[in-house]
Formats: sequence, structure tokens, C-alpha cells
Amino acid sequence: MSFYEIIEHYRNFDFDDFFAQTTAADVAHVLSKERLGDMDLLTLLSPAASACLEPMAHKARQLTVQHFGRTIQLFIPLYISNYCSNQCVYCGFNRTHAIARSKLSLPQIEAEARAITRTGMQHVLLLTGEAPAATPMDYLVAAVSLLKNHFASVSIEIFPMDKAQYAALNAAGVDGLTLFQETYDPDIYRQVHLAGRKMDFRYRLDAPERGARAGFRAVNIGALIGLAEKRREVFFTGLHARYLDDRYLETEISFSLPRFNPAEGEYKPAFPADDRAFVQFMMALRLFQPRAGITISTRERARFRDHLIPLGVTRFSAASSTGVGGYAEPAQRESTQFAISDSRSVAEVAAAIVAQGYQPVYKDWDRI
Amino acid sequence: MTQDSLVIGGHMFDNRLFTGTGKFAANSLVADMLAASGSQMITVALRRIDASLASDPILSHIPKTVTLLPNTSGARTAEEAVRIARIARAAGCGDFIKIEVITDTKYLMPDNYETLAATEILAKEGFVVLPYMLPDLPLAKRLESAGAAAVMPLGAPIGSNRGLQTAELIALLIENCRVPVIVDAGIGRPSHAAQAMEMGADAVLVNTAIATAQDPVAMGRAFALAVEAGRIAYLAQMAEESRIARASSPLTGFLTEMESGT
Repeated sequence: MSFYEIIEHYRNFDFDDFFAQTTAADVAHVLSKERLGDMDLLTLLSPAASACLEPMAHKARQLTVQHFGRTIQLFIPLYISNYCSNQCVYCGFNRTHAIARSKLSLPQIEAEARAITRTGMQHVLLLTGEAPAATPMDYLVAAVSLLKNHFASVSIEIFPMDKAQYAALNAAGVDGLTLFQETYDPDIYRQVHLAGRKMDFRYRLDAPERGARAGFRAVNIGALIGLAEKRREVFFTGLHARYLDDRYLETEISFSLPRFNPAEGEYKPAFPADDRAFVQFMMALRLFQPRAGITISTRERARFRDHLIPLGVTRFSAASSTGVGGYAEPAQRESTQFAISDSRSVAEVAAAIVAQGYQPVYKDWDRI
Repeated sequence: MTQDSLVIGGHMFDNRLFTGTGKFAANSLVADMLAASGSQMITVALRRIDASLASDPILSHIPKTVTLLPNTSGARTAEEAVRIARIARAAGCGDFIKIEVITDTKYLMPDNYETLAATEILAKEGFVVLPYMLPDLPLAKRLESAGAAAVMPLGAPIGSNRGLQTAELIALLIENCRVPVIVDAGIGRPSHAAQAMEMGADAVLVNTAIATAQDPVAMGRAFALAVEAGRIAYLAQMAEESRIARASSPLTGFLTEMESGT
């Protein structure tokens, strides 16, 4: 089976009709339940539920504190290449963009690692564009082998791979896989991915499952909020996590909630989510999957991120550079994949977490 | 009352509340909680500790008088648990080890088979092994034979605060194990802890319920008091429960009176 069958299952489902019929009383009923089903998630994503954010927030806070304590795990992204053969209409690394392309040499990666560890960060997320010719397996394995000497945890957010390739990276020292489907709507997926390997919706959709099978400890999924009808996108994100969670008990399945931010370039998303909707979506996912980690990146503004701390988030990136390198020589930061909205230092983000009565956690893993 | 100490791995514990370091809003609260509760043993996940122990932000808040119980959180196999235990000892965390082998990230149920395998290896290597387990009597006896210093059955899933859902099974362990039985996981309120101690558990380990309380320091003290009350009640041999009222003037007393002809 594939999660695709679940998407297919809902192909003719009348979401609009469901939302039109959902009332505040339905939401209250869902909030009184312990384990939520698919329709309960959809109820929490409904327009009716947007009037029930306060009771949702109380339950989201209680569940998050119960399962994660008053802690926020910190990590930092490291882009090692921006070569890309895809043409994703929303992305800064799109192959038609005339930006300077580069990839870090191993000594450069070493220098970046040293610069990052000086900030106290111990969990790193390694990123590339999708260009296997520029960043072949041996290069990735070498990069991981090098980074694992500097960090307690190395995760990847790169192009989707076969199970055997994932297993090779897992053996090299990668413990977490992040891969966003971007959109769960196959038609819109086709419209926004115009060229390259990424055009294959199914190959990407099944990649998190291949990652779980390959043995990654953690698999993190998400939709890029804004590309397609947003309530449905979050609904399928939740269902995708539940699908994986039910099948791969050994794997921690978690969410990211990337959304287009206003600071970004020319691409105007067709279905932007405002802050109120964003908070609703994050809390709905928390209530649906109480044990799932939730990552909020520096795409979101500093003050907004601080307010999210009690509402369900469990992981923050901080001090991120979204161009290649950028830590060893910050003055030479290159073109970015997306604009960041929270440019605070690691120490500043940590202080903001403490100010909310939470503990910033730098290390929560060991390769043994 | 005579001295009522619990001895595990050659260490004597006068306080039967064991605690944990996870989920606190700040590591400094751990020191205050330990002071308020009097807890003498605390568990810490090795995955959260820095290799350079001297400057570790968690360990620096634990007084030297408190026994450190490193745990193997993150281990998915016996082999991983064994490696973590060895790293913990090499890093200077002592001989105690709480084995946690969890292959299920959904309910965080311990894997009893892997736990037994890890216990067999680590006990031979001289560790003071405290395995976290599902309360299963045959397994508890095998852990005992393998050299476990205690067994740590769960009351309910980790962090669930549901109390002693497995009470009937834990009671069998208490009745039949020669090693101490420490109820771990699921204890959400001081009354749950008192219940475990009244049943005859030798100690309880509480983390989430203390760490996530609005006032973890006061909650640590509340748990310590509950544990002490439950222990005293157990030693005092409580009167048995009955659903039927027992009148202090028996209803059939007249029969005896008539028989004796008074």
C-alpha cells in the first residue's frame, strides 16, 4: 500500500460541504475526545473551528507539555549546494533563476561546521538542491561522515531517494529525514513543478515511507502551505503522518509547517494562510497526533514564533542561513532558497524561549 | 519506627521517591526539586548529556549526594542499550543503569525481549541494572535470575499520568520478586504514588508529573510526602477493604447471647 491510496480515497470527498455543515458544537465534541479520527481532524481544520482557537490552545498546550515538557529543541540548517535541475515555480533555487551556483568542498563544510558549533548548536540539518550529478552519493556520504564528528545529530533535507540510498546515508550517520511533499494535490503539484525529477508526484510521496523502511530514527513531513487549498493540505499532512505512524512504530514521525512568508520574492501563493489560520492548523495537528514533534522555521517572524511556544511547537531552527554555507563567512552569504523572517542569533532565540518559561535543548541524541 | 531503608546495588536509600531530569522548564529547577523532595536517585537520559561532563548543564544541577541513574533512552535494541550503558560508565556516570529499550514511538512501550537481553549482558559486566519493563511475572523472574538489581514495571504509558492501570500485574511482581519493585511511568498524581507504596512497591520513579507541574518544586515535595505516607501505611498493615459495612455491634450477636442462655 501507499499513502497515495488514501489521497485517492478522498478524491471525490466533498470538503466544502463538510466544512459548511461543521458547527462549533462539533468542534467542542472533538475537543472532548481522546483519540481523534480523520473526520475529527477535518473538523478542527474547519472554518467553524477558527472561532474555537482558545479551547484548542488550552488542550494543545496541555498535550505538548505532557509529552515534551517545557522544552524546545534547537537545530540549524546547512545548505551545502544550490545546484538544481528542477523548476519549482516558487523556489529560489529554480534552475531558470540566474543565481550563482555553488557547492561546498569538504574543507568548506568543515569550516561551516566549526563556525556553527561555536554557537552551541548540536543538531544540524543538511540541505541541497536536487542535482544528483552535482551532489552524488559519495559526496553526500563524505559530507555526513565529516559532520557527524561535529554534531550530536545530523538530519537531511535533500532530494528523494531509493531505500538503498537512504540506508547508505543512515549507515553513514544520518538519523533524521525531512522531506516536504509541497502539495498533496496531484493537479497543482503538476502545475508548480515544471521540470526535473521532482515532477514525479508518487516518487516523492512515497519517499518518507522509504526513509522509515531504511531505518531513519525520525521522519519529518509537511506541505508548503499556500500552493493548494490549505485546509485540505493540512488534512493530508496529518493523514500522511498517521499513515506512517501506524506502520512504522520505530520511527518518530513529525511535522513541519512551512508557509510562504510575505518577505518572499515574486511568487504569489494562490492560497496564503494568515496567522490565525496558521495557528489553527498547527494546533489541529497537535491534537490529532499528540506525540508528534512540530518544527517551526525562521520563515516565521520572531515575535510570532515566540507566541507559538506554548501552543504545540517542539523544534525551532535558529540563526539560519538559507543560502549555501553562510556561517563561516556570513559577509559572503549568497542567494537564498527562501527569505527568513527571524534573523536572531542562537543566543537570542534561546533567551526568548527561556523568557516563555521553556528550556532550549541543544542536544537530544547520540549516535552510538 | 525502625530504620526502613531500601538497598539497591549497595547504595542505601532512605527516600523511596526516585525522580527524573526530563521536561523541566529550566535545569536549575532540578536542584530545587531534589532539595524539596529529598529524592536520592535521579534518572537522566545519556542522549541529553554532553560528552564533556564537567560542564554539562543538567549534571551540574545534581548534588553529589544524589545517585545518578543514567538511562538508555533512544535505544531500540539490546545492543544499543549496552553501548549506551558502557558510554555512560566510561563518562563517569557510575555503575547504575536504567535499561529503556523502546521500539514503539507511539505508546513508548518497553520491548521486554530486548530488555532481558541487555540485562543479561550488563549485569555480567558489573552494572547495577534497573530494567524498565511491562509488568510480566515470568519476565520479572528471568530479569531477576539474569542479575537485575530491581525491576521497574510501568503503571501506564510514559508521560500518560494515568496512574496504576497495571495494578493487578504489579501486585504479582510485588508478591513474587526477591529484588525491589520500583513502579515507573504513568504515575500522574501523588495519590497514585501513595497507592503504589500502599500496595507494597519498594519505590516509585516520577518524572513527567513533577517536571510539568506549574510548580515542580512543590510537586516534588508533594510526591515525597505521598510516597512516605504510602510506605508507612504499607508497613502498618492496613485493615482490609470491604464493600459491606461492618457494624461495631454485630447483627447476629444475639445468637451467641441466647445460646449462652443470658
